[in-house]
Formats: sequence, C-alpha cells, structure tokens
Amino acid sequence: MNSLRLSDLALHDRAVVEQVLDTCPSDPISARLRDLGFVNGEPLRLTAKGPFGGNPLLIAIGTTRFALRRNEAERVIVRREAA
Amino acid sequence: MTDTALRIALVGNPNAGKTALFNRLTGARQKVANYAGVTVDRKEGRLSTPGGRTIRVLDLPGTYSFESASADEAITLAVLSGRYRGEAVPEAIVFVMDATNLRLHLRLLLEVRRLGLPIIVALNMVDQAKRLGISIDVPQLSQRLGMPVVETVAVRRDGTQALLAQLELGIPPVSPHRDSGDLHADVRAIMADVVRLPTDTKTLDDHIDRWTLHPVFGLLILALVMFLTFQAVYAIGKPMTDAIADSMEWLGQTLTASMGDGPLKGLLQEGIFGGLGSLLGFLPQILTLFFFILVLEESGYLPRAAFLLDRSMLAVGLSGRSFIPLLSSFACAIPSIIGTRSIPDRRDRLVTILVAPLMTCSARLPVYALLISAFIPHRLLFGVFNLQGAVLFALYAGGILAALAVAYVGKLLRRRNQETALLMELPPYRLPKWRDIGIGLWERIWIFLKRLTGVMLALTIVMWFIASFPSAPANAANPAIEYSIAGILGQWMQPLFAPLGFNWQITLALIPAFAARESAVATLATVYSVAEGQDALLGSMLAGNFSVATALSLMVWFAFAPQCMSTLAIIKRETGNWRIVVLSFAYMFVLAYIAAFATYRLAMVWL
Repeated sequence: MNSLRLSDLALHDRAVVEQVLDTCPSDPISARLRDLGFVNGEPLRLTAKGPFGGNPLLIAIGTTRFALRRNEAERVIVRREAA
Repeated sequence: MTDTALRIALVGNPNAGKTALFNRLTGARQKVANYAGVTVDRKEGRLSTPGGRTIRVLDLPGTYSFESASADEAITLAVLSGRYRGEAVPEAIVFVMDATNLRLHLRLLLEVRRLGLPIIVALNMVDQAKRLGISIDVPQLSQRLGMPVVETVAVRRDGTQALLAQLELGIPPVSPHRDSGDLHADVRAIMADVVRLPTDTKTLDDHIDRWTLHPVFGLLILALVMFLTFQAVYAIGKPMTDAIADSMEWLGQTLTASMGDGPLKGLLQEGIFGGLGSLLGFLPQILTLFFFILVLEESGYLPRAAFLLDRSMLAVGLSGRSFIPLLSSFACAIPSIIGTRSIPDRRDRLVTILVAPLMTCSARLPVYALLISAFIPHRLLFGVFNLQGAVLFALYAGGILAALAVAYVGKLLRRRNQETALLMELPPYRLPKWRDIGIGLWERIWIFLKRLTGVMLALTIVMWFIASFPSAPANAANPAIEYSIAGILGQWMQPLFAPLGFNWQITLALIPAFAARESAVATLATVYSVAEGQDALLGSMLAGNFSVATALSLMVWFAFAPQCMSTLAIIKRETGNWRIVVLSFAYMFVLAYIAAFATYRLAMVWL
C-alpha cells in the first residue's frame, strides 16, 4: 500500500491516518497522539513546516491544528490521498 | 460551616472558553487569553440564577484526556476523582465544548461521561461555528449524549442565558448510555449524525499562517513584532513618564516649600515625591508593554511564535512551550513561573522556572531608566542608534542571552537525554477583545498602585528612619548619616560589594530591592537627600555621587541578581523543593557578581 510516515509528507499534502506506532511499551507520546485524534481514518493536512530543518510540523486534523516535532510525527503512519 | 449550595465544575479541553464562561457567570476577572493552558489552577466563584439559586462554580484547567497529564491537567484530574485535598468531588459538571472543535472535544466529553456525574454541555462559541458554516443539530446531540446541551457565547453579555435557565431546572443524571469502548468510533458516529461541516476546511487562518509560519517571512514578522513592542515602550511611554516625574517633582517642591530644612522634608521631597513619584512615572511605560503582551496573547499569535522558535529553543535545552512563560517574564516572573505548569515535561519546566527570572521584568525598568538617563550621555551611536536606547537594549539582550546560556548548561548537565514532546495546539486567530485588554491593564494599574502605596512606601519610610537615626555624636568627624543605622549597616556590608564598585549607599539600597526592586530608586533618593539636605533632581544627585563605571556595574547587577523575594517564594511553591530555590539564588548571585565585577573593571579601563 501507499503507507508512509507523517513526517515524510510534503508541505500541503493531504493524508488519512492509519495508525500510531508505539516506540516503547505503553508509549506516552503515542497515547497522547491518539487522544488528540490521530486514529485510523482521520483525514489530515500538513500545513506548515518550522523554519529550522522543517521542524516542527503543523498538522491540521479536523478543525484543530497541532504542532508536532519530527520524532512525534514519525510515530504516525498515514496513507497519502490522491490530490 | 456546611454549605448547601450546589457545587459544579467547569470541565473541558484547553482554550474551550471555560474561564471566559466562569467570568461571565460569577462576575470574576480571571485571566483569559487565546492559547491552550492559560488557567493552571482551580478557581472558585459563586453565581445566583435568576430564580435565586446559589451555585458554587469551580473553574478547572483544561485537559485533553484523563491519561498522561501535565501539572495543570493533574489538578483537574485530582478534583474530579476526589483526590484534591480540601475539595469534595463536584456534584455536577458543566462541560464546556468549543463548537468549532467538536471532534476533539467530544472525545473528552465521552471520557468525562464515564465518571457518572450529572453533566450539562455548554456548546460554546456557537456564533463562531455558524460563521464558519458548521451546523449542529443540538436536540439530536443532546439525545445522543443523554444530557442537556445548551448553546453559549461566553464573550457576549447575554451569552449564558440558556445555561442559567438549565441550571435553574437542575442537572439531571446522565441517562444510561454506554460507550462502545472505542471513543473515537463513537465520536465519529455522533459527528456523522449531528454535525454538518463545510466542505472547504481551509479558512482565513490558513492563509494567515502561510505568512506568519513561513520559514523566512514568519521569522521576519516575529522579529518585527518584538522590535515594535520595545520601540513602543520608549516612543509612547517615555514622554508620559517624563511628564509625570516632572510634575511629581514640582508637586513635592511646592508642598514642602514652607517646611524648614531637615530630615522630614528630605523624606517628603526626595523619598516620597522624588523617589516614589518617579516610580509612578514608569506606569505608562509598563502599561505600554502590558498592552502589547495582552494583544499578542488575545490574538493567538503567541503559540505561532512558539512554533517558529521551538527548534532553536530545543537546541539550548528549552522547548517552544517555554516561549509563552518566558515572554510573560518581561512583565513579571511570578505569573510566568506559575504559567510553566502547562509545560508537560518536568525537566523542561524546571529549566524554564530557573531561567525565567533572568528576563527583564517591568520592576527593573525604572532602575535602568533612571540610571541610564543620569549616566549615559544622550547622543547617537554610529550616527543612527540612540546610545541610551542601545544600553537599555543591551540589558534586555543580556538577560535573554544569559537565560539561553544557563539553559544550555542545564542541557549539558542532563545525564539522560530523554525525548520530550511538543504536541501543542495552535488556536484560531481572534481579534483582541478590548474589554479583556482594558481589564488586564486596569488590574495592572491597581497592582502597581498597591505596591507603590504599600510595600514601597513602607520601605521608603523605614529607610528614611534608619538613615536619620540615631543622630551623630556631638563631636562627629564624619557626615551624620554614617552614624545612623543605615550608615552602619551599609558600611558593614559594603566590603562584599566593593569589588563591584558599589559604595555603601548603593549596598544599602540592595536590601529593600530584595523585597521590591524598584524601591532601590526611592532608597537612594532618601539616603542621599538625608546626607546632603538638598533638593537636587534625583538623577543629577546620583550623577554627582558615583561614577559611570559604578552605574553600569549596578545595572548589570540588577539584570542578573536574585533580587526578588516573591519570585523565590513562588519557585518554592511551584517546585516544592528548597534545593531548587537555593540553586536559583546561588547561580544568579554568582552570575551577577561576576558580570558586575567584569563590567566595573572593564569600564574603569575604557572610560
């Protein structure tokens, strides 16, 4: 399939969340991401990248915008939507 | 005493408008702003419904979920689970939900519903939702959730009528609804049935963000915003400051004209009118600074600045989340240190608390401004910059650089380099509410006047007293003041500060400055006027009594020294650890001592 990490999306790409991976058992950051709505089927958009090394990323999910650092965004597996 | 009033708690996601609703319901004036995590403590108030029912309302910090919580979220969890000392579990909950952000907020609501307490949903900001084209079937939502749902607009005067009417009726227990265990799936099902979202999710905010978060223009805009803020403090505030100081000086001289020369005249003319009067003069400058900070807070721009700076702050061992507390430190370190509760990572929070007092707070401004106008010539530097302005800028920049350096040392000392999260919500932009800004400024005026007529007046009188008594022996060889308590105390402490170029009068002024930095100004005015019994202007009096090198050294000392008792007390309260207080005091003392020493020596060589 066309799965990739959220951190690998290009600017203004639209995608749908597949899952959030735990990097360690009961990963608190992953748990928080799921609580914030990063769950299977949620559409999102990469709306901005930070000025230094494209970090952090600004993700619009639903009507909310979250700033995520790269290492946080790497946990989120998404499916790119046809533009 | 038993209290029979119904106890309700306002619960919801951060930035849903709980505190705005709380203020509207109870007539309180708690701080509101447009970013997540403004409220970091529980606040209590009372309201009376139109029918005369009294209700105790608890405003709680916003929370995203009941798991993995930062210090402010933990307070909400503790209250709701009955683990908060001295606070019984509320009898009912008003769940405040941002109608423009339903998906995120509904999930928390379903989590809160599991507690089994009666709930009313206050669907807040419905006006904004309508403007964005979001339509919500309220009766259907109420039915699906099994609880009453009322529409509110907390920022409008009549925006809470429906909620008050519902509170009058009472809050029914939640009708038995069980969630499926997958809250997100339940939220999606509810959303599908009751909410219609506009097809185009791109809003005006996205277009603004294109510029404000742009890698190049975004940073330029940020630099411009900061530059304008500090320019305005000088351009708008300074003329008013001078006018007030001059008129206070005149008032003092007129009122005391008929008095005979003596220590009491000195107290009134120099200490009260000259010293405290010139402090009063700094109010316009302080208010200008606050005005800009309040506008930035209300607009929703601050989290954007945090976004832009996250990477650079991470490099020195801070986090983008530290930006908002550190910025508010330019006003005062105390609310800033309390505000660090919204930083989830404990180490990030601790480092932010340690460096926050290095930001130039508004209490240092009078000291700087007085010394600069007395000692730094009014001329141009390289033909463009005002030398006085440049020195002031250097003092502000010195504080920031020192904070970054200290944070960096903290990072190097950190043994394990654990990963920390940012996960920060960026709110929608909002036009500042002039009412909120007006209230914010008004409160600032009150706090300032209370300080001036309270602690600073008292310190000035105490200083005058110890500078005047006991009087000199009959055959005294030295000036009378050197036999007073102040003289003895100052001379006893002076050897410690002599390497920095401080004479005993300055050394003495450091004591009241520990209670309130600004009072150093009034103390110097009092001590010199007692000694000389003359009515010179405070600035020229200082200029006649010590060198430029000493003045520079003193300003550097004020930039770094651990001077404010209340700040240390707040550090103790927030960290619960005396070791942090000692660490904070010690590192700032050493830093200030070395920096002031170096400044003094270099200035002696060069000037």
